[in-house]
Amino acid sequence: MSEENIISVHNLSKVFGDFTAVNTISFDVKKGEIFGFLGANGAGKTTAMKMLIGISKPSSGDAIVAGFDVKTQSEMVKKSIGYMSQKFSMYDDLTIKENITFFGGIYGLSKVQIKEKTKKLIEELQLEAVASKLVGSLPLGWKQKLAFSVALLHEPKIVFLDEPTGGVDPITRRQFWEMIYAEAHKGTTLFVTTHYMDEAEYCDRVSIMVEGKIEALDTPKNLKKQYNVDSMNAVFLKLARNIE
Amino acid sequence: MKRFIGFVTKEFYHIFRDKRSMFILFGMPIAQIMLFGFAITNEINNVNIAILDQSKDNETHKIINKISASPYFHIEQEINSEAQIESIFKKGKVKAVLVFQNNFIKDLQTKKQAKVQIITDATDPNIANTITNYINAILQNYLLENNAINQPNYQIQTQTQLYYNPELKSVFTFVPGVMTVILMLVSAMMTSISITREKELGTMEILLVSPLNPLQVILGKVFPYIFLSVINAIVIVTLGVFVFGMPVQGSLFLLALESILFIITALSLGILISTVSNSQQTAMMLSLMGLMLPVIILSGFIFPISSMPLPLQIISNIIPAKWFIIIIKAIMLKGATIQIIWKETLILIGMTLFFIGLSIKKYKIRLE
Repeated sequence: MSEENIISVHNLSKVFGDFTAVNTISFDVKKGEIFGFLGANGAGKTTAMKMLIGISKPSSGDAIVAGFDVKTQSEMVKKSIGYMSQKFSMYDDLTIKENITFFGGIYGLSKVQIKEKTKKLIEELQLEAVASKLVGSLPLGWKQKLAFSVALLHEPKIVFLDEPTGGVDPITRRQFWEMIYAEAHKGTTLFVTTHYMDEAEYCDRVSIMVEGKIEALDTPKNLKKQYNVDSMNAVFLKLARNIE
Repeated sequence: MKRFIGFVTKEFYHIFRDKRSMFILFGMPIAQIMLFGFAITNEINNVNIAILDQSKDNETHKIINKISASPYFHIEQEINSEAQIESIFKKGKVKAVLVFQNNFIKDLQTKKQAKVQIITDATDPNIANTITNYINAILQNYLLENNAINQPNYQIQTQTQLYYNPELKSVFTFVPGVMTVILMLVSAMMTSISITREKELGTMEILLVSPLNPLQVILGKVFPYIFLSVINAIVIVTLGVFVFGMPVQGSLFLLALESILFIITALSLGILISTVSNSQQTAMMLSLMGLMLPVIILSGFIFPISSMPLPLQIISNIIPAKWFIIIIKAIMLKGATIQIIWKETLILIGMTLFFIGLSIKKYKIRLE
């Protein structure tokens, strides 16, 4: 475990009754990395992620996130991370400003900080015209970008993105990934789950989970070489077929 | 604390921006109390009746005048034969027919007794019963007046005194009942819906990932409803007192404390419901079927518990609303103090602790 590793997972498992959702996985994520966490539906990636963000207790194994043990220091873990889920998760019946104030508030930002952040965020996203409108009236793409910015409000060391681009158009997805890159440049670590294999190409490294286990973990380039194919999509299909 | 205020502020935005919530919170209590107070009542007023007077003498006229002079009855028509009775009932024009037999005055003078028949339309049994009682009372009154002149050998007079509700006003039972229903509805149903809504939208996940701990989340969600329920209780009691003349014999302070206790009981039920349901619909159905129906039917609000079959009487004991109705009736009507209602209060406290304990257990299982 070098100091550079901001997430260290060692033999982590989660068992529900006689079903093993996550089966002794181990991996490290480096600081400032964009880490792609891939897998088919039901492969266990959401369960694994829930353990890393401190809302689900591991059955066995260890995970250190941002220097804190998820088993014993989940409260500290929660303070150090940002999270954006696959469901768009802001309040539709609150305005943009009210949403920012609320989420800033529960992460313990001061009034002055919230004011500054709100101003900056609205400027960056060019939302001045709609800042006092209900979030429910915004197009999905805008909501998604807003949710990402809100997850970054408290300047977390790591941001977990659970299928952040589900259901948005390719242009918005492109813009969204530009935001992710910009954030990674500032030194934030991004942990992204996704279904889109073209997005996997944007990641620094990807892991592919199949039936609760991590079957592959490397840079997209190396993975393509290793499986002798020219796209991540092909890598994924090959892996999934081998298992079946 | 600052986080808590932020959370509660957000919760109030949700409530005030949702028309349906606003209606349930503020429209419903007023509508219900007005409905129960004015429309649904056991008292009778200006009931249409018919008279079949086969004797047509002085005495029957006296009685008929007495009846028509009372505010309770209006003599819609006089009929001439028994054959007509059935047909006027069928038309629904009158609720009762008063029949004087032939030779009424003669029987009175010779046999010292005469017969009057009261025939009522018992499709509405409560009203039929009340009508019979009222007419009987008028007849008794007539007898007393006449006997004063005729001086019979001896007689027994019954003196009835109705304690706590001398005019038998039905609003006296409806105000506590409506208050119970509303507090249950607002506290349990609204909180369970608002918590499951966050689950449905996925925002609950975000809240659980945030540094707020689950207890803070739940308290933040519940607090606004405590506040609103208290306001509702105040509105209902105020309406009851100033519009319907409901007395508050006991201490207002005790009434407030007991109401807050019941609000917390209902909230804990709401939280329990939200731990077992994943959608707003489920939460609503559970609240309506599991809470509202028992509150209305088994709490003694509308149907007296003592006249229920034994199994239902036993079941009624596990309905928190039953105990709350006993408590507030005792405080408002009888001026009871805590020494009198401590048992009921303890039962409510016990139930509340039980529901909270159960919710915590369920909640933990879900998190594992």
